[in-house]
Amino acid sequence: MIHKKLTLFDGVMNVVSVVLIIVFLFPFYYMLVYSLSDSQMISRHLSFVPIGFTFQNYVDILNSPEIVKAFIVSAMRAVIGTVITLICCTSVAYFVTKKELPMRKTMYRLIVMTMYLSAGIIPWYITMMKYGLKNNFLLYILPSAVSAYFIILIKTYIESIPSSLEESASVDGAGILVILVRIIFPLCLPIIAAVTVFSAVNQWNSWWDNMMLVFKPNLKTLQYALYQYLQMASPRITSIQHAGELLNRVPPNANTIKITISMVTIIPIFVVYPFMQKYFINGIMLGAVKG
Amino acid sequence: MDTGISTSVPERTRRGINPKTKHKLKLFALMTPFMALLIAFNYVPLFGWVYAFFNYIPGAPLSQMEFAGLSYFKTIFAGGSELIPVLRNTLVLGFLIVITIPVPAIFAILLNEMRSKTLSKIVQTVSTLPYFLSYVLIFAVMFFLFSNDSGLVNTLLHRFRPDSPSVNPMASSTWAWGFQTLLHLIKTSGFNAIIYIAAIAGIDREQYDAAEVDGAGRFQRIWHVTVPGIVPTLFVLLVLSIANVLTASGFDQYYVFTNPLVADKIDVIDTYSYTIGITQNNYAFATAIGMSKSLVSILILFAANFLSKIVRGTSLF
Repeated sequence: MIHKKLTLFDGVMNVVSVVLIIVFLFPFYYMLVYSLSDSQMISRHLSFVPIGFTFQNYVDILNSPEIVKAFIVSAMRAVIGTVITLICCTSVAYFVTKKELPMRKTMYRLIVMTMYLSAGIIPWYITMMKYGLKNNFLLYILPSAVSAYFIILIKTYIESIPSSLEESASVDGAGILVILVRIIFPLCLPIIAAVTVFSAVNQWNSWWDNMMLVFKPNLKTLQYALYQYLQMASPRITSIQHAGELLNRVPPNANTIKITISMVTIIPIFVVYPFMQKYFINGIMLGAVKG
Repeated sequence: MDTGISTSVPERTRRGINPKTKHKLKLFALMTPFMALLIAFNYVPLFGWVYAFFNYIPGAPLSQMEFAGLSYFKTIFAGGSELIPVLRNTLVLGFLIVITIPVPAIFAILLNEMRSKTLSKIVQTVSTLPYFLSYVLIFAVMFFLFSNDSGLVNTLLHRFRPDSPSVNPMASSTWAWGFQTLLHLIKTSGFNAIIYIAAIAGIDREQYDAAEVDGAGRFQRIWHVTVPGIVPTLFVLLVLSIANVLTASGFDQYYVFTNPLVADKIDVIDTYSYTIGITQNNYAFATAIGMSKSLVSILILFAANFLSKIVRGTSLF
């Protein structure tokens, strides 16, 4: 071992670490406390444990059809979008490793160049309108289906697999698609897990495509719904409060509503985060090797 | 039936097509739909640049629009009075991101130096978390911390010092640039640190042992072994961030955090062209702005790459 005795430096580092952990986690803890407290009590008394513990705020939010629908749309876009992205990117990554593919170099360059090229907001907007993707769920799925960064990650991984495995299968008469599904896909699971994490989180977090081109309330995503609720004096908040008044209750205040919707948006990420951590670290490391 | 021996493909060939050609054609055919998608969503929109040269009429065919020539570009490069602050904001915010490039590297070195691996792991886990939250959620968290009436920070502050004014960096024009850069650092540093930790893990342990034998102290080992080990990675990220200087942190962050008090400090090229195009319906001017930005960005990328080649002998492509 290089390090032998604890120095002042180590002590300072440990203290800074603990402070950092608290600074990063405390806001989320406080939001959780706030969302689980009685709305009237917590707004008058500062408290770091729930006061008047209640799930009523969550019940109120989940009684709003808008939020439930938005949650479903976001979940669907995360699941469907990720599956399609995985199918497209794994296939493309495998095909471009094949030396026999005509125009292979040109195709790969076209893919990589998309990382540096951007048409800009308006040309993109006009093109999507022409494709008929305005107010269309496919707008959430198709533009990100073939993504250069994921293809590069998976391709790098495939190139590290010994080609003998694939050759023995093709000698056995397996076609290219059979090899892709039965051999390449299972061997690539570590990097596919990482890409799944990145893609699902991207999908869950996206909102500006929604803001630009989707105006149907049925297709609104949770992130965009949250954005609208966070705007000052949003009429949406009064509608949830009004629902509470109808039941002869004191309605939750605006802050409680905003915090509770934020929690509904954050909780899915918090729930999967510990499980996915291993995989995205893998993914970043592989990306880093490539530079 | 297949006899099971050897490369039995030739028997299956019909109409005399060479099996190799057939295999090639099949691969090409399989690739086509994916390339079509890629081109449709990444290259076809580039044709939209043509709208920068016409006075756009929504819904009308191009032939009915009046040709405007380079007039929109002339407005941009003559430096229209509205554009100057936008360009200033973009460059300042982009530049602040470029000069804070070493932050995740330093963070990674410190994490790597920590004696307690458990604590180091926890810090890493916690600091990476914000990367997976959208800017809408980051805004939500900041709102609950700093809002004037009910934010946690101000509630605490007023409890101990009732007369002190509220603290709200989201509504401070003075702190806008610094605060936005800080948010960008909070969101990305933990994630980028993983890249450096991977680079540090790749350094040969013998170098550390050799340095110790030569009498190098802890900080000398960091300076002479760890730092040179991560400089190549730092350079790659530096070149990329310079190439991205006109995007800075991206549309999302500045759009979400904008409000009347800070709008004149965080309106960047992307948010400005959104306002011009979508809110004010001036498609042609917004397209001209986006197109100029893309082309200048590519020039900057090549320049940064070229400089990297001269300075370090390495380049991205």
